[in-house]
Amino acid sequence: MSPLIEAHGLTRILQETVPVTLVKDIDLTIGEGEFVAVTGLSGSGKSSLLYLLGLLDRPTRGMLRVRGRDTEPMSETSRAETRLSTMGFVFQFHFLLPEFTARENVEIPMRKVARLGRDEMRARATELLSSLGLVDHLDKRPDQLSGGQRQRVAVARALANDPPLILADEPTGSLDSTSSEQVFAILDGLVRERGKTVVAVTHDFGMAARMDRRIHLVDGEVSKEE
Amino acid sequence: MSAMRLIFDIALTHVAGRGRQTLVAVIGVAVGVGFSIAMAALMQGGQDDFVRQLVDTMPHVDVTDEQRTARRQPAEDLFEAVAISGLRPRDDRRGIINPTKAVSWLEEWMPGRLAAVLNVQGVIRYSGREVGAVVIGIEPEKEMRVSPIVEDFESGSFSALAAGGNNVVIGDTMASRLGAALGDTITAISSEGRARNFKIVGLFHTGTTARDEGEGYVLLKNAQILSNRPNAINEIRIKLDDPNAAPSIAHRVEVELGYKAVAWQEANESILEALVVRNVIMYTVVAAIMLVAGFGIFNIVSTITHEKARDIAIMKSLGFSETDMRRLFVIEGLAIGIAGSLLGWTLGFAIT
Repeated sequence: MSPLIEAHGLTRILQETVPVTLVKDIDLTIGEGEFVAVTGLSGSGKSSLLYLLGLLDRPTRGMLRVRGRDTEPMSETSRAETRLSTMGFVFQFHFLLPEFTARENVEIPMRKVARLGRDEMRARATELLSSLGLVDHLDKRPDQLSGGQRQRVAVARALANDPPLILADEPTGSLDSTSSEQVFAILDGLVRERGKTVVAVTHDFGMAARMDRRIHLVDGEVSKEE
Repeated sequence: MSAMRLIFDIALTHVAGRGRQTLVAVIGVAVGVGFSIAMAALMQGGQDDFVRQLVDTMPHVDVTDEQRTARRQPAEDLFEAVAISGLRPRDDRRGIINPTKAVSWLEEWMPGRLAAVLNVQGVIRYSGREVGAVVIGIEPEKEMRVSPIVEDFESGSFSALAAGGNNVVIGDTMASRLGAALGDTITAISSEGRARNFKIVGLFHTGTTARDEGEGYVLLKNAQILSNRPNAINEIRIKLDDPNAAPSIAHRVEVELGYKAVAWQEANESILEALVVRNVIMYTVVAAIMLVAGFGIFNIVSTITHEKARDIAIMKSLGFSETDMRRLFVIEGLAIGIAGSLLGWTLGFAIT
């Protein structure tokens, strides 16, 4: 079986007046059911790498395969469809759509895929949010929720279409220690209990130590992998 | 389809979530559309009314005893010469030749009404005062069917002429210049020097100075006697069922009868041209208003797009493509535009 993510010589250079190299010559293979931490100091290229892996950005050079499929020749629509079916995103700041309730935010990726009926989507959104302890907050908008609650809604949204890969960019970066622990436990549970693959960018080395693998970046290059 | 529905829902939620800005944009469009409609309706209505009045106050086709080009002289037919000078032109007797036949021919096919008229240039005199005037010989019954003056009588009417005798109806301005009143007897003198007394049996006021000051109506027979031209007419006034058919009918009449036939459109060409210019200016202004309303929509959508940059990133991470994003904001612009247009349409309808 081919790995979920496979990258060779992945490089991203911003073509400014003075070109800026965000990530350089990354070779990486991530399999199913792995819990991977991407660590490094600010500006080391952690988030840039995550956006490349999540097909939110295109590499300047190098090869990236998702489930064995080369992403380079993909059209924008095809990349969007791959994101929708394969990936769920959790960002440092919750990034929920502010005009919609928690349940509606979770329903949006499902509505985009349109695999389920309206009632089934509603039931699944309710189930996901309930499993993350948000049963009393289904119809609240993001501004009526705490930071930890919003982040859990974001996790539920990432899981809406049951993708095999969750990409998390500093998922606990803006949370207090209790909420951080809650969110980490949820991500850990996704790997251990539901067989998901989680790639999480973090600068919390303590948290990274509890994950299966750690990829450490320095100036956009992999300096250490353990 | 459901993906489109989702984009539609998000777009409407965005627009509804920005109540005040959306309202301002919608009002901007509505005012633009409303006043454009109102302005266009006002101008078009004014123009229609103006044209209607123009059409109503004059014959749709006016056939006179003139020709568009000078009549050929017999010498020109006899000699092949580049130019002939020193000729004494044949003295044409003015008037429409064989008027009964011309009128009958017209009545056979022409869709409308007509009245035969004899215009006599002359002077009207009363108590030592004189006013240059056109004494118009008419058949009251027929004239009433083609002339709007019927509705402009301040006292008396055309019917009073029909009673027979030497009666005249004149404009009220002429009456006041002469110092004459209803029931007084004035003297009409033709350009050939023939004079005849007429009793004033009606006064009209059309609002057109030239007519109120310079026209007097008598029976056709009396005008023919005054000008010493028995059975003559020099004008046929035609009112058509469809005023727009005037040019083609005028053309046919002119070809068949050989006399100048002027459609109301030709007679008022400069006015109609001015209306075209006015319309161009009006629609330019309307277009400018709509453009400003369009800028309003652009502004709100542009603002939403900038403010929603983060939401765009989120939605892209959720699997929305750039095309979806474009659709989203186009729908938002359309929603504002449609809401504003409907409101503006109502506003315009209410104003007009």
